[in-house]
Amino acid sequence: MTRLFAAVAVMAALTFLTRAAPFVLFARREPPALVVWLQSRLPPLVMCVLVADALKFVRFESTEAWLPTLAGAATAAALHLAKRNALLSIVGATALFMGLKAWLGA
Amino acid sequence: MRMKPDRGADTGRPGTGALAPALRATFPVLLGYSTLGLAFGLVLVDSGLPWWLSPLMAAFVFAGAAQFMGVGLLASGAGVGEIALMTLLLNARHLVYGLSMLERFAGAGRLKPYLVFGLTDETYGILSTEEAPAGVDPVRFRLLVTALDQAYWFAGCTVGALAGTALPVEAEGLDFALTALFVVLLVEQILARRPKEVFIIAAAASLLALILAPPRNFLLAAMGIGIAGLLATRLPSKPRSGREHPS
Repeated sequence: MTRLFAAVAVMAALTFLTRAAPFVLFARREPPALVVWLQSRLPPLVMCVLVADALKFVRFESTEAWLPTLAGAATAAALHLAKRNALLSIVGATALFMGLKAWLGA
Repeated sequence: MRMKPDRGADTGRPGTGALAPALRATFPVLLGYSTLGLAFGLVLVDSGLPWWLSPLMAAFVFAGAAQFMGVGLLASGAGVGEIALMTLLLNARHLVYGLSMLERFAGAGRLKPYLVFGLTDETYGILSTEEAPAGVDPVRFRLLVTALDQAYWFAGCTVGALAGTALPVEAEGLDFALTALFVVLLVEQILARRPKEVFIIAAAASLLALILAPPRNFLLAAMGIGIAGLLATRLPSKPRSGREHPS
């Protein structure tokens, strides 16, 4: 019981600390040139890596191991390029993903 | 520098104005977080931990990857010290997230600690891409996006844990909404005409991390390689004559 509360307290404190660190470090002074330079480059890097993270378990041994995920991701990208409506892109891609999963019996 | 938002003095009812766009922006996270939260609650109860740990973590930790990892460590009998170290390593990527939010959170005042607390992958994705519509207080919008995301997560974690104590539930497939969200946000970054080399570096870093790192360390490895690659493009192409200190 005490161990559970201690674990949650430690996780909460360290997660907040890591999220707060840059704000605390640069709140009182201008961020260095390097930090400003990184600001236009980190979001695209993070997004690429998060997409890759979501696709990392794709395998090509069987159709149901790759088709729903890759078709869903491609649909999200294509819909978004065509309409630029995030909701439509995400709902459409998720519906296709779930439909393909059900159809392939995975 | 950005202008200070004046607490919606010119809009009259900033709260109602910000809620609709915030709900719209967070809708994919609603699908993803409620599903992932449900899964988290089910996993937590399934590993023999008490159900109330799930809402407790959702309220005070609010980090999907860290929570899943924490449950695994607690269930395997790990000590608090080991949990602390793993949380730090896993969350190291948040150091990076905060950097690009410096300007966007600048006018938030006393609400800033909550915005910082709630800076999850998905909240970051929305806040770094979506702007508050014209006439809506941007601070209010960002606060609502963060609070809604946590509400979805809290509800999912709580319901999942309660359901796990009573009956087996299946919610497979809906969590693909998170993948689709990341794809959409990536397309937005491409349309925002970021420096081209970033995407090449990111793709190479992801491939390298897929090959070199075990799947559970993928995020950290790919981010590390990617940041190193970015910094390498910033080095001068010819050796510098004098040593100058970067400001």
